[in-house]
Amino acid sequence: MRMLSIDTSTYCLSAALTEDRERIAEITTNIKKNHSLRLQPAVRTLMEETGWKMKDLEAVGVTAGPGSYTGVRIGVTSAKSYAWALDIPLYAVSSLELLSYSGRGFHGLVCPFLDARRGRVFTGLYAYDDGHMQQVEEDRNTSMEDWLERLQREEKPILFVSPDADVFRSTICGALPEAFFTERGDYHPGVSMIRYAVERQEPVDTHAFVPNYTRLAEAEAKWREQYGN
Amino acid sequence: MGEIMTTSLILAVETSCDETAAAVIQNGNEIRSSVIASQMESHQRFGGVVPEVASRHHVEQITLVMEQALAEADVSPDDLDAVAVTEGPGLVGALLVGISAVKAAAFAWDLPVLPVHHIAGHIYANHLVEELTFPLMALVVSGGHTELIYMEDHHSYEKLGETRDDAVGEAYDKVARTIGLPYPGGPEIDKLAGTAEPELALPRAWLEEGSLDFSFSGLKSAVINTLHNAEQKGRTVDPAVLAASFQEAVCDVLVTKTMQALEQRPVRQLVVAGGVAANQGLRAGLEEAAAGQEWKLSIPPLALCTDNAAMIGAAAHQQWLKGQKADDRLNGMPGLPLPLTSSS
Repeated sequence: MRMLSIDTSTYCLSAALTEDRERIAEITTNIKKNHSLRLQPAVRTLMEETGWKMKDLEAVGVTAGPGSYTGVRIGVTSAKSYAWALDIPLYAVSSLELLSYSGRGFHGLVCPFLDARRGRVFTGLYAYDDGHMQQVEEDRNTSMEDWLERLQREEKPILFVSPDADVFRSTICGALPEAFFTERGDYHPGVSMIRYAVERQEPVDTHAFVPNYTRLAEAEAKWREQYGN
Repeated sequence: MGEIMTTSLILAVETSCDETAAAVIQNGNEIRSSVIASQMESHQRFGGVVPEVASRHHVEQITLVMEQALAEADVSPDDLDAVAVTEGPGLVGALLVGISAVKAAAFAWDLPVLPVHHIAGHIYANHLVEELTFPLMALVVSGGHTELIYMEDHHSYEKLGETRDDAVGEAYDKVARTIGLPYPGGPEIDKLAGTAEPELALPRAWLEEGSLDFSFSGLKSAVINTLHNAEQKGRTVDPAVLAASFQEAVCDVLVTKTMQALEQRPVRQLVVAGGVAANQGLRAGLEEAAAGQEWKLSIPPLALCTDNAAMIGAAAHQQWLKGQKADDRLNGMPGLPLPLTSSS
């Protein structure tokens, strides 16, 4: 299956072409530049380098979030539109699951996380057994303090994968002195990795698909607090 | 007309605020389809448009409205010449949904992307009703804009005047909230104003002699003070009288300044654009002023005054004729200025 995959949920921008289990081409950058300016040029470059045509594509893959609201929306909206315009299936994978692939060779648990401000994180817990991913805890938006209490109950070593590791490094090490971290700037495995996740999934409904923000818009949350649902 | 090079079929998308809209426009003046998914109900409870909520709704609707626009026009992507999208101004997160969707679809179909200025779109809404005749004057009145723009030709804009504080639609919404009317307040005040006489004397900001700029914050404050003072004295003010007086003050300034602009720059057509062009008081005031004049007054029908994608397709056609297209780096521009031709 010839698939175009894109991820713009963190500072990294990643776009890839894969065919079944093979990675054909991939562009991943880790610079603080606007995804809107750079996603379409990256996709064009992939097509030109490989000589693939858009109409040859058989699927589109995208990270569903959580992550930067705007970043996730750029990726998801573009992916929906590619899939709709080409009339091919759309696959969506958690952006935290994608990051967890950076720890696929790690013997223990992999905890990808993203800073959600004010001491909160978007996070989940994954494990790899001989390359096979297993989700230990679902993706969530939680306070890092509560999350670390949960992680302290684990006996296996934990690898933290995050672009925001430095923000929480001392907090994490305080609670889990044995914690491991990926090298700085090396948290992103490249979006082509989602080809493995896609094998286990059904495509989503392209029109209806929306990002998994894991959090209500602030105004919406306040409104519900006051008036209920 | 009739030459191959001048006929176009454009899919246009507009997501700059709280309407997710797509349309198919033929030759810049024929609406083959126009689809609008409004989020107004969702924002009503907040008393205004919440940007993050708007962006989320756009993602829910974007491919659906594009598909519906093609289906209602009975057009396939193969028939299209280009895909147009609002580049700005507007809410950046909202703009980005339309822009991302259009860049992806256009690339998939190997079509050019035409980037359209939202206000140019509002002006070109008139072109869907009757041809724009140049030179023309445009009075742009909406929740975000109050501008007098002179156009020598297609996509040539010279700004003669603009608001220095609140946009006229913004003033309407704020005054409506003060009186206790639901959001969006403009149509509510307009309705209420029609039921009473403008008995209260409210100030008009004429600014310096000869200035074509606008200011509505003083008028807005005067309305709030009138209510406040009455309250302190234990009196009540009839909201209908207040609405009528406010509306009269607004329309007086808009009409007078527009007439001053037309004295400075003779034109063949005056077009009114933007959501406030739906206002009955303004329509009546301009129609009265236009009687017996050499220029023709054009105000689009209500459905084309508020945000829609048909107007984006109308403006895009002229850009398509000139070969003005966007590259892959097209981005949402929240404060995008009109491409001005000369300073004033």
